[in-house]
Formats: sequence, C-alpha cells, structure tokens
Amino acid sequence: MIQVDRLTKQYGPVTAIRDVSFNVEKGGIVGFLGPNGAGKTTTMRILSCFMPATGGSARVAGYDVFSQSLEVRKRIGYLPENIPLYGELSVSAYLDFVAEIKGVDRSERKRRVADVMDRCDVTDVQHRLIGKLSKGYRQRVGLAQALVNDPDVLILDEPTIGLDPVQVAEIRALIKSLSGQHTVILSTHILPEVSMVCEGVIIINRGRIAAQGSLDRLAEEFFPTSRIQLQIVGPVEVVGPALRQVPGVLRVEHEGPADGAGIYLVESMRDRDVRDSLAQLVAERRWGLLELHQLGMSLEEVFLRVVAGEEFGGGA
Amino acid sequence: MGVWAIFKKEMRLYFTSPVAYVVFTFFLLGMGGFFYNIFAFYDQMSRQAAMNPAFARDLNVTDAILRPLFSNTGVILLFVVPMVTMRLFAEEKRSGTIELLLTFPVRDGEVMLGKFAAAMALVLVLLGFTALYPAIVAYFTRVEWGPLLSGYLGLMLLGGAFLAVGLLISSLTENQIIASVVTFFTLLVFWIIGWFADSVGGNWRVLFQYLSIPEHLDSFGKGVIDTKDVVYYLTAIVLSLFLTLRALESKRWRG
Repeated sequence: MIQVDRLTKQYGPVTAIRDVSFNVEKGGIVGFLGPNGAGKTTTMRILSCFMPATGGSARVAGYDVFSQSLEVRKRIGYLPENIPLYGELSVSAYLDFVAEIKGVDRSERKRRVADVMDRCDVTDVQHRLIGKLSKGYRQRVGLAQALVNDPDVLILDEPTIGLDPVQVAEIRALIKSLSGQHTVILSTHILPEVSMVCEGVIIINRGRIAAQGSLDRLAEEFFPTSRIQLQIVGPVEVVGPALRQVPGVLRVEHEGPADGAGIYLVESMRDRDVRDSLAQLVAERRWGLLELHQLGMSLEEVFLRVVAGEEFGGGA
Repeated sequence: MGVWAIFKKEMRLYFTSPVAYVVFTFFLLGMGGFFYNIFAFYDQMSRQAAMNPAFARDLNVTDAILRPLFSNTGVILLFVVPMVTMRLFAEEKRSGTIELLLTFPVRDGEVMLGKFAAAMALVLVLLGFTALYPAIVAYFTRVEWGPLLSGYLGLMLLGGAFLAVGLLISSLTENQIIASVVTFFTLLVFWIIGWFADSVGGNWRVLFQYLSIPEHLDSFGKGVIDTKDVVYYLTAIVLSLFLTLRALESKRWRG
C-alpha cells in the first residue's frame, strides 16, 4: 500500500532524510518511531504530497506521490502534527467542507460527515466553533477530517501529542480500530504507543532508517539473548556460581539483598530454554524458589540500543 | 469541484469573522460621505446654472456625478481591498492549515481561484451597494446608462487587479498585518505614480502614465471601453495570479 524507495529530502544544505526505504502492507498499522528531529514529519509530508522529495520515490495506494499527486491525495487522510483547523468554522461546517473538497458525492456527504462525527465522538459538539474546542476534541475533529473520504491510507503525525492520559487511550483505541480497513502509518516519539497500537515498527534516526520490522523480529535482532529473572532464597556466594554452571547460561547477575531472597538475572541464548534446568537445580539444592519468569524485550530497550548504537557510530 | 468548495469556505470565513462587516461598514461610510459631497456640489452648480444658461450647457450628470463617484470608489477600494485579501494565504500559512489545504485533492490553481473568486464576490457585493447612488440620481434626473455600465465594468476590473495584487502579497508572508500594509502601499504607489509623470519627462513619462491606475479608470467613466485599459487591468490580474501560483509552489518545496 505504501512503497518508499530511497527517499531523500534536503532543505538547502541540510539533509532531513536520506535513502529512506520501507513498505507497508495493505491493512497494516505501522509506527514511525524516532527522536524529535529525526525526519518523521518530513517523511509524512512527502507521503501526503505536501512537499516533493529531492530524491528517491514513494508510491501510496499504487500512485506516485510526485507525478500522480492528485490520485494519491484522493486516497489518503492526513493529520498534521499541530492539527491545523479553521477555528472560525463549526465542526460540522468544517467537515462538510473537507468532504466536499475531497470529492465525496453530494448525495453521500451528509451521511459520511454524520458517520465520521459519530466514529470520532464529536457529534455532541458539531455546532460549536472549532476554535472553542479543547485539545482532545480538536484532535478528534482532525481525525474525523482525515477519515471523511474513507481513505485507503491514513497518515497521522503524532496523533496523541498534548492529550491527557484518558484522551490518549481513547485516540489509541480509535486508531487501532481503523486498521484492517485502512492502512495506517503513524509517527510518534512515545515508545509504548507503538507497542500498544502498531503491528510493525520503523525506527528512524538522524534521517535514516535505523531498523524496521515487527516488534518480535526487532527484539530478536537486537537482543539475541533472552533474560530470565529468578528470586531464590539461598546463600548468594553459592547460588550465583551454581546458576552459571547450568548448560546454556551465558551470564548471571545478582541484584537485590545479599542474604535472604536474592534476585538473579540469567541470560541465555534465545533459542535455548533453560528455565526447566534452572528450576531443577534449585529443587536439587533445596533452595527456596520464589519467582521465575522470562523478561520480554521492551521496545524502549530496542529503541535505545538502536539509537545509541547509531550515536556512537557503531551501526546497529 | 475544488474551486467551489474553497469559494464557499472563504465566504463562510468572511462572514463568521468580523472581516466582512468591518469592510462593509467602512466602505459604505466612506462612499456615503463622498456621494453626499458630490451630490451637494452638483446641486449648488445646478442652482448657479439656472441663472446662467451658457454655464448650464456644460453641466451634465455623467461628468459631474458619475465620474467623480467612480474615481472615489477606486480610492476607497484602495483602502478596503488590503483588508479583504490580507487573510487569504497569510493566515493559512501562519496557522498551518495550508499544510492540510495543499494535501487535499485539488490543484494549487483551484485553491487560488477559489480564494480569488470569494474576494471578488465580496467586492462585487460592495459595488452592488453603490448602485444606490446612481439610483438616487436617477430619481431626480436622467442618467446615461452607457457610461454608468462601462464605469462599473472599469471598477470591477480595477477591483480584480487590486485583489490579485493583494492575493499575491498575502501568499508571500505569514503575517496578515504585513500583507495588508504592503498591499496598501503597493497599490498606493501605482495610484500616485501618474502624478510624477510630468516631472520625469521623456519615455519615463509615458511609462509612468501607463502604470498609473486612475489613468485607466477615467475613460470607463466617460463611457469609453478602451482595449488599452482593459488589457492593463487584465495583465495585472493574470500576472499577479501567475506569481501567486509560483509562490505556492515554492512554499511546497521549502516546506
């Protein structure tokens, strides 16, 4: 649905993005993740046909964003970062304008506008001026205008920025409900957002793609080992070395109190499950096993590792 | 159709914000004042002419009322048009709404024409209000319809040229105040440039006279539709709109 090939954008001497390539499948929902100033907004502006790229190409819904821009624009819904809306228009008048300019048929327009107002939960403020609405409502009006032409592709730039936690949860649920029938690409610098909403991740840093794929695949790529946390009652000086002796264990770290119930972090190869062996060992030695569980890789850790790897020039 | 959607949106914005009402108020106050003056002066002249038949021969409604009235309408448009056009692109750029506007499935040209048409419609409404004055005159005496109609044609062309210049300047800045001030002074320069024609002599004199706005308006008021004058206004409109399109394109590349 979205094919981006070696996209480059330069503002004078400044290169905003360089050789950015990625694909998004139809119906997918992909998070575009990166620190501030990484090139997220630039990429989204190119995809939404607001600005042309200086190099490379991008196709959205099968059309080239530069040479077939009008065809692309008919098939997208775009929500820019700062939700620019006309404050002097009422919600329904604004959505009617957007529906008309996006080519929604006159006969269908009323129904479509009512439908998106309902979906985005702005029906009860439809007669109020947009300028008088709270940030949360403005965000939902912004989403409603993006959805009003029933677009194939939704491009959302930081859709939850500046909202309170309840609103954030609502918007995320709304966006999540859109996948399947729409292809969604959303940018964010909030990591949990991606793991909560998205299926795939594209990490961009300093104008380049640093990593991309499903969350699981990224975890595997950047963390070849898996980690197991145990809480064991037993003498520290014996437990630690004994755990290290278990076949498959690469590293053991001791955290927590020196006596009593100590917490141990065991690292092993990802493809080798050592949990059973660890449990048996503890049972044999008659220590007390309070806790044993595998730690998931958080996106935050993946992100930090990817971005930090870049900062030090090591590559990821 | 994109132009129509933009047109309706701009009209709605004119009337939901105070812009249209402020413009109407000041335009009508100014016009009313000018008309009263011209009409009262004509009344005075008529009384004198009643006693002096030779003088009466040269006194007619077209020359004594309509032509000065058209010229004064031009002067007021000079003040009013910057208020009408300042918002059109500057505000979209400042508030960022241009980013959405330029990603809707319409050509830049359609966006521009929609805005131009909305501003033109507002000016046509203003000119429509002024029809009251010839109507008052017609109540008392005979009005020549030819010069009246050609005069209005001239005012429409002049209004269109003013608006196109205003639209261009609005597309070059994010600040409405700057857009309106620069538009006003640009138009002012072209309004008074003819005054300097006599002091510069030679080819400059011809050029200054050609560029002068009132120079081209006057013959319309006499009932003369001269190709030279029509071309002057149309050139200003087309050139300004063309440059506006280029400004929008440049905005896209620079982001």
